[in-house]
Amino acid sequence: MLRRFALSVALTVPAVSAAADDQVTTFRLHNGMDVVVAEDHRAPVVTHMVWYRSGSADEPVGQSGVAHFLEHLLFKGTDTLAPGEFSATVAKNGGTDNAFTSYDYTAYYQRVAADRLDLMMQMESDRMVNLRLDEKDIKTERDVILEERSMRTDSNPSSLFNEQMNAAQYLNHRYGVPVIGWRHEMEELDLSDALGFYRTHYAPNNAILVVAGDVNPDEVRALAEKHYGAIPLNPDLPPRLRPSEPRQTAERRLTFKDARVSQPYISRSYLVPERDSGTQKKAAALELLAEILGGGQTSVLTEKLQFESQSAVYAAAYYNGMSLDSATFNLVMVPAEGVSLQQAEDALDQTLADFMKTGVDAEQLARIKKQLRADEIFARDDVSEIASRYGRALTQGLTIKDVQDWPDILQAVTADDIMAAARDAFDKRQSVTGWLMSDEVTQ
Amino acid sequence: MMRFVLTIAALLSTALPALADVKIQEITTPGGTHVWLQEDHSIPFVALELRFRGGVSLEPADKAGATNLMVGLLEEGAGDLNARAFARRLEELAASFGYRAYDDAISISARFLTENQDQSLALLRDSLIAPRFDADAVERVRGQVLSGLKSDETDPDSIAGRAFDKLVYGAHPYGRGRQGTIETVAALTRDDLIKVFKGAFARDRVYVSLVGDITPAQAAKTVDALLADMPEVGAPMAGPAALNLTKGITVVDFDTPQSVVMFAQPGIKRDDPDFFAAFVLDLILGGGSFESRLMHEVREKRGLTYGINTYLLAKDQAQLWAGSVASANEKVAETISVIRDEWQKLRDNGVSEAELRDAKTYLTGSYPLRFDGNGTIANILVGMQMQGWPADYIATRNDRVNAVTLDDVNRVAIRLLDPEALRFVVVGKPVGLDGVSN
Repeated sequence: MLRRFALSVALTVPAVSAAADDQVTTFRLHNGMDVVVAEDHRAPVVTHMVWYRSGSADEPVGQSGVAHFLEHLLFKGTDTLAPGEFSATVAKNGGTDNAFTSYDYTAYYQRVAADRLDLMMQMESDRMVNLRLDEKDIKTERDVILEERSMRTDSNPSSLFNEQMNAAQYLNHRYGVPVIGWRHEMEELDLSDALGFYRTHYAPNNAILVVAGDVNPDEVRALAEKHYGAIPLNPDLPPRLRPSEPRQTAERRLTFKDARVSQPYISRSYLVPERDSGTQKKAAALELLAEILGGGQTSVLTEKLQFESQSAVYAAAYYNGMSLDSATFNLVMVPAEGVSLQQAEDALDQTLADFMKTGVDAEQLARIKKQLRADEIFARDDVSEIASRYGRALTQGLTIKDVQDWPDILQAVTADDIMAAARDAFDKRQSVTGWLMSDEVTQ
Repeated sequence: MMRFVLTIAALLSTALPALADVKIQEITTPGGTHVWLQEDHSIPFVALELRFRGGVSLEPADKAGATNLMVGLLEEGAGDLNARAFARRLEELAASFGYRAYDDAISISARFLTENQDQSLALLRDSLIAPRFDADAVERVRGQVLSGLKSDETDPDSIAGRAFDKLVYGAHPYGRGRQGTIETVAALTRDDLIKVFKGAFARDRVYVSLVGDITPAQAAKTVDALLADMPEVGAPMAGPAALNLTKGITVVDFDTPQSVVMFAQPGIKRDDPDFFAAFVLDLILGGGSFESRLMHEVREKRGLTYGINTYLLAKDQAQLWAGSVASANEKVAETISVIRDEWQKLRDNGVSEAELRDAKTYLTGSYPLRFDGNGTIANILVGMQMQGWPADYIATRNDRVNAVTLDDVNRVAIRLLDPEALRFVVVGKPVGLDGVSN
């Protein structure tokens, strides 16, 4: 969830394979704050980010949306900054700023001329501990997040459908609750909820500083010591205790009907492992499985369902293993004109069953690996994105080494690894299947 | 409240940083094509941008959607390769080609590794010179377009966009919708696609930029190989659009909790001497920055929306000063009333010296931040060429912003801002807007 209104969401692109380790320096301040510096001297620009290891899945029960609400409120005042002055100052220095919240993290960033880094750190470290809020901030900003929910979710049947899919997939874990929050709980969020989340989670020992661009690590270290190093660590920072999902033993199904749906489709999710520190091999196999099944024009689902049987106008597979707790493997199929949702689901299941028999095409796997290698080269063109990988990884239980090992782990995955991952994943008893359809359609 | 002001003022006195090291080389190839190049050998790949002026607005009224479908088929089989073989080849090369149809141009964005540059460009060339338009590919991609058009029928943003374009541009190609309609797309034939293809891609309308790991000699050779077999002349450009913009609110009834609003009045041409003053004025009113008056009044003060923005839309054949916002059905009337008030206030009272200074500092300071990657720079360079700007524009652009005076901005506010021509299109179930007014 972005605080700001943005026409394009630039900083939430799916993770590509990591690269360019030589550009990256990391260290830790004495108060426990991790620092990642990614150098790129092609332009006199810096991206300064602070990532907190706290997101919507760390919220107290009954306060869904408070992590994101607080993210908005961080742009109000502190002891030394008037409300709105933070962003106004960034703008006056020719920069842009924003923030975003996900299940496992909340992050704030500014993009500005490299010689303004000192000022950015001064202001960002200030609001880490000196936030000042009043009731009026709460009321108007709560209206803003409710409008945000209306725009992102309530105006869009696909978003409402996804919300129901997630709620059905996670019985016990907070990944089943939307990041923006359930409307009825958002309406009740108050000042003490916001401050409670702030005081619990905002501290240097729960944060990662990420600086990318035309900087050198020594200069960043000196500035970081000056601004962030001065903040004492929070000795009462709670451990990240999350309820874990029970073993899923029954297939779950749902049908979401909405008059605003003109193009029905099917969505399927399977509960699968995420990337874990030191053991990323399974996740790597799942990542390649997603590519093979539905990653592009020559993928299995596209070939079988779009080119051969022509039962789909679109079919794809997704997996994002960057997650603190259990992840999902997702399939989607938009049926062609005249194909019912039942026929589409049958065709999808048949394609998966056939794939389990025929296995991985060696040439396709080689092409995918070649593309992953090329992605490492292309990724070097966007140093902010390289730096963000570290922010995402460190807030989601991975280490710097895990990020740097990942490209080689992907390259080492074999066809057998992929089929083993597929056998584990594609158990209907661990799945949710949803149909999105219009009110009027009868299937 | 403002204890911090002194520190910031002190920092502001520091000069803003020098521009990124953008060194454009202008090349005319042996084949006669003008190319802008920025060499950067630090990463072994190249970003190539091509633009063909004309785009969707070239297509005949009864063939609406032909250009969009044609462009969608360029990577669906070319030369000796059918769609699947083409896709496989592209993956083997690990290159990426993007093809997009816009109202005034078709854009081709390519990214390829140095190690297989020639093979990648040969494949790109085939897609631009010898696309196959195989019958099965046409039907498959047509199905995708129709599926998208069907979804658009119940999407508030798409409904608003269509209603707005139709109202404002009428019978001009801009009024038809870039993707056509379900009826026109269903009726398109392969011959229709070939016809718009021949009209769209020609050497008399192409703009080229390259950024990355390539030398001038290689760039010239590459571009000539790419364009050598393209026809010299394409279809004639669409004429100017007559704008239908009058004061009032058009409501499109649609059952959704939040109303989507688009609004506009006539705008200004990019080559108008007042363009930069208008650009600064738009930033203060609602453009991009979060410090705009509309963002403060509508979001920060009143919580009426998640976001509101305005922009100067300078198309080849029409200029608008436009914006968009979304508000709960119960609040949208208040939102519109605040926008109207701000429009009037800005025209009547102008901006303050401080607002102008902040806007200029933001615009000049953020400009260098744009030049931050091969792909981004290639995109900027080709856009500059289409505007007819010289290669040294990058070095002078901030001077042009800084040259804008308070008198300029306030004069232009009176010249351009026209509350009597500000039209709103609202999609939703707005409360308190008296039905369809005018």
